Amino acid sequence: MSAVLLALCLAIALLLAVAALAAGNLLSAVIVLGAYSLVLSLLWAAMGAVDVAFTEATVGAGISTVLLLVALLHTSARRVAPVPVARWLGVAAAALLAAVLFWAAPDLPRFGDPASAPNRHVSPRYLEAGLAETGAPNIVTGVLGDYRGYDTLIETVVIFTAALGCWMLLSRRPG
Amino acid sequence: MIGGHDSVIVQTAVRLLLPWIRIFGLYVLFHGHSSPGGGFQGGVIFAASYIVLGLALGRRELERCAPERATLQWAAVGALVFFGVGVAALVGGGALLDYGSLPLPVPEGPALRAFGVLLIEIGVFLAVAASLTLIFVRLAKVAEEESA
Repeated sequence: MSAVLLALCLAIALLLAVAALAAGNLLSAVIVLGAYSLVLSLLWAAMGAVDVAFTEATVGAGISTVLLLVALLHTSARRVAPVPVARWLGVAAAALLAAVLFWAAPDLPRFGDPASAPNRHVSPRYLEAGLAETGAPNIVTGVLGDYRGYDTLIETVVIFTAALGCWMLLSRRPG
Repeated sequence: MIGGHDSVIVQTAVRLLLPWIRIFGLYVLFHGHSSPGGGFQGGVIFAASYIVLGLALGRRELERCAPERATLQWAAVGALVFFGVGVAALVGGGALLDYGSLPLPVPEGPALRAFGVLLIEIGVFLAVAASLTLIFVRLAKVAEEESA
């Protein structure tokens, strides 16, 4: 059941990604990208990563769609065709990247394999001692807020810097 | 460009919805300790309430509720809360962000660490909610200036 669900979500995500690329104007491309994010969040939820799914649904499908739409107000929703050379370079780069990924993917551990390297390193320690050490029943909060506090601190600073940068760039008077 | 919605029904519905969206954002923040969620997701939901407000009631109303300067300051306060908790642990005799040594009247051990995590999640919440609101307010304002 779960494998069928995952395959279905992946197929829909792929379909939406192609639809976003093929969309006639940027307005529909942005909307389709929002739907793509929503399907991805379903995918994360089906794989058991509920916190990631939550973030994907709120940021990917929600906020970023609205921000892109407002950005379209400034510019135009018309799609400009790239110069042919750039297009073929892009196709070549994408094909190369896909080839490398397909070549490397079989070496990844199987999803949920308890004997894989990441699942034998720190994960067992977090799962076994996390509640007693951090007092957080949601182990994701325990890892992000406590064990990996530095990462989350810098992440917060990054978001603040992004907002500050946007604000300063968009406050400039033209001329 | 971003004016209010024409329909009174939409405007009233949004006015009624806003407090519930914000309460849900706060719930996600405070309940993130024991269920999926946390400061980041809660902050995004809280910011979404301001975006809905701007889309339905117009940019002027949005700017009355979330003035740019104040929003920027809230974002800075959020980042400083996080950093301040880290430094407070340093003052308490531990390492940076070592919540176990926070100088707070909470029993030591997991309870104190959990309290430290809650404090930094509040910082993340403020920073994320204010940052996203600020970007939206600024983009909406520029769009209006350009069309004028």
